[in-house]
Amino acid sequence: MSYVPHTERERSDMLAAIGLASMEDLFADVPAQVRFPVLDLPPPASELDLAREMQALAARNVAVDPGLSFLGAGTYHHFRPATVDYVLSRGEFYTSYTQYQPEASQGFLQALFEYQSMICQLTGTEVSNASHYDGATALAEAVLLALNVASGKRNKIVLSPAVHPQYRAVVRTYLRGTHAATIAGDQDGAADLDRLRAVLDQETAALVIQNPNFLGQCEAIDGLADAVHRAGALLIVVTDPIALGLFQPPGAYGADVVVADGQSLGIPPSFGGPHLGIFASRMTHVRRLSGHLVGETADADGRRGYVLTLATREQHIRRARATSNICTNSAVCALAAATYLATMGKRGLRQVAELCFHKSHYAAAEIGKLKGFSVNPQAPAQPFFKEFVVRLPGPAADINKRLRTQHGIVGGYDLGNDDPQLKNHMLIAVTEINTRESIDRLVAALGEAAR
Amino acid sequence: MIHDKIPTLYESSVSGRHGTDLPVPDVPLSPLPTTGLREDCGLPELSQLDVVRHYLALSQRNFGVDSGFYPLGSCTMKFNPKVNELIARLPGFAEAHPLQEPETVQGNLALMYGLQQWLAEIGGFAGVSLQPSAGAHGEFTGLLMMRAYHRERGDAKRTRILIPDSAHGTNPASTTMAGFTAVELPSDARGNVDLEAVRIACDDTVAGIMMTNPNTLGLFEEHIGEAVRLVHECGGVVYGDGANMNALAGISRPGDLGFDVMHYNLHKTFATPHGGGGPGSGPVGVSARLKDFLPGPVVELARGEDQPRYALAMPAKSIGRVSTFFGNFGMFVRAYAYIRQHGAAGLRANSEHAVLNANYLRVMLRDAFTVPFDRMSMHEFVCQGAIEGTGVRALDISKRLLDYGFHPPTNYFPLTVPEALMIEPTETEAKPTLDAFAAGMRAIALEARNDPALVKGAPHKTPVRRLDEVKAARELVLADRTKVAND
Repeated sequence: MSYVPHTERERSDMLAAIGLASMEDLFADVPAQVRFPVLDLPPPASELDLAREMQALAARNVAVDPGLSFLGAGTYHHFRPATVDYVLSRGEFYTSYTQYQPEASQGFLQALFEYQSMICQLTGTEVSNASHYDGATALAEAVLLALNVASGKRNKIVLSPAVHPQYRAVVRTYLRGTHAATIAGDQDGAADLDRLRAVLDQETAALVIQNPNFLGQCEAIDGLADAVHRAGALLIVVTDPIALGLFQPPGAYGADVVVADGQSLGIPPSFGGPHLGIFASRMTHVRRLSGHLVGETADADGRRGYVLTLATREQHIRRARATSNICTNSAVCALAAATYLATMGKRGLRQVAELCFHKSHYAAAEIGKLKGFSVNPQAPAQPFFKEFVVRLPGPAADINKRLRTQHGIVGGYDLGNDDPQLKNHMLIAVTEINTRESIDRLVAALGEAAR
Repeated sequence: MIHDKIPTLYESSVSGRHGTDLPVPDVPLSPLPTTGLREDCGLPELSQLDVVRHYLALSQRNFGVDSGFYPLGSCTMKFNPKVNELIARLPGFAEAHPLQEPETVQGNLALMYGLQQWLAEIGGFAGVSLQPSAGAHGEFTGLLMMRAYHRERGDAKRTRILIPDSAHGTNPASTTMAGFTAVELPSDARGNVDLEAVRIACDDTVAGIMMTNPNTLGLFEEHIGEAVRLVHECGGVVYGDGANMNALAGISRPGDLGFDVMHYNLHKTFATPHGGGGPGSGPVGVSARLKDFLPGPVVELARGEDQPRYALAMPAKSIGRVSTFFGNFGMFVRAYAYIRQHGAAGLRANSEHAVLNANYLRVMLRDAFTVPFDRMSMHEFVCQGAIEGTGVRALDISKRLLDYGFHPPTNYFPLTVPEALMIEPTETEAKPTLDAFAAGMRAIALEARNDPALVKGAPHKTPVRRLDEVKAARELVLADRTKVAND
């Protein structure tokens, strides 16, 4: 069905008011030879039929128990308190658009202002935008910001190979439009922070690291920001917002820009999107930030209120000279994250982070006892948070298949997807969702699968 | 609406309160690292009831399509079907991990494949990638493809993109990001792009043109065929800003009109909710010569013995990824359900009634407000909000509309019309709503003449009155300065 409410009577009255005889007359400007195409689409489905059909389509996916999934690598199964979906279901929020009329949008503006406030606290930064599309595009915008700060004098971006491979791919796509920019660092897959520091020079606009990195390990960040700043570059850190319940925030160890994917904060995996791009920085760069910013102000009677501010950075004012083309962002996901953070509070986020830490360490220790398996073989002494690498006695693809078909377990991410030399390695994620029982099942199944 | 200020989360925070609990650890505890930890992550502390009341109170200070008429031009604030929200939350869709093996997510891949096919059919294109996350993201994607296409033919001198002066700001902004130079084209007296200006601008440095059709005045470009021909003849590529596709679905296919690339705004034409500013979704459709440059992965159909099997593939000359994973899958689910529920006839009916509603309102308002291009429009039209001799401007009219319970139209856009009010009623609004809005607009025009101070001082019935934007930009309070209670 269509949601057009018009009755036949209304339609003819309206046509008469316009001075037309038929609906076709509305389209006299459209060239006749390309008007009213016959579209090859299935016939319309009633709401009941639609619901049935979509349930059947969803059921064509193999049913996954999130508690038995150990797949992370940028998208995670975490606990989502019921408050989040309660707030997201409010039509006043989700059927509104960007807050161009602040008097009718104080609710969303305040929610976004509070989101910005909590993101600043969490990341240790001074300013957060009101959201970006996802973590990877937030990183690409951060890289463009760094090139903009360097205003053409520095054109090199040093990318750690331990940044999520898809994030690095998105940065490369974005830089296709920037003539002079080059990327260094990640061609050497084994480059650690010491080696990356050696690459910094007066051409470098920014160093990009991920912490905890793509492989789950905490980077040795002591002295890093000083070295980057001495070289005259910016330090951009990709992080995991759940880790920030436990670990020092990037702002505290000198990051100039902090980006992250906020999906872990109350947003379902949803097969990869929509997620939330977190984008925060020092106040120095506020006029170079992309995306909406909500600011506090007062109304004509002195009452506190909120507005979108510094719009002169944005495309609808500055057009070709805007800091970015972004318009639509991920506001409702920012609302989800804000509700999540408000519900968890400082104790709850700490608990989630500690549960991830303890459960992943338990899993790593148990898997490490299996014959033929080793945990974090390249960096056994490095601390890790909720993900770790396992070297397997055979190809990850084969073992994952056995985990799934014989045990109903979704195994870790096959690192051979990005580096064929690592085809016997998988990246395992463990969160508060996974119980000890499910971890024990994974360990037993791995031992069996490898035999 | 309530007029007391709502305390912020930090103002309501009390040390020791908790909004939820978590399981006690069921594994042996491992020693935490001795360095690099933090004491306090700086979040507020509230009870669950505090959180619920806070957001409920905030929602009551926010206006959505579900609240009332929202004729925000160019944004297509139509009804968002409720069944689609339930469908998008089905665990098979919402809990699926994007890195699962393709054989375990055949339902999701079938859905994406179906949507790719349907969007291509509706737009008249040879291929579609669903990956861009919003309209502007789709523009950037399309421009990078145009760049890759010219470079692959060894044609690196094409650096200019032609853009009509009525275009969305995202068009020139995307052009700059893609490494091109934006060249602005004037409009003619009937609101079309000036064909002579296109003719003069077309040379071998033109990479392409970005056209919005119907354009942002809500007008079908009367010389679209000729403009497309001129750009093609000089070797350029024609980009379509699909923001206004909601007037064309089932009426005319941009691919048939000669467009080479176009983004679709799923949150406009296909009614995925706007979410207070996002997430959107901006798939791109392309003609055959650009298909290999699409961002990926895209979904392909590999017929199996008994039933179809879907696989992910990277197009041969792909510009790469523009976002992680596949884009905003949750929006694909809603758009797929929307197309499935409408079918071809329903999509056409939507476009027809969107156009009917816009023209009806234009006719109802044209003696009270100046309509600069007073001819048949498509899904939206632009009138001027200044009331002569009163000092009342478009902004004042908009603020006064809030007192009447309507969301205002888009203000001051397109830039080519002074005091623009861009009105897009959408097809899901019934005649009584349009009549009430027209009556409100006419009443405000009368108020402007009899009591201009009333209109210039509006709004009067909202939780806050006009807000000081200069103060906001000067003082830049972008985060709550309240100390967490136990700091």
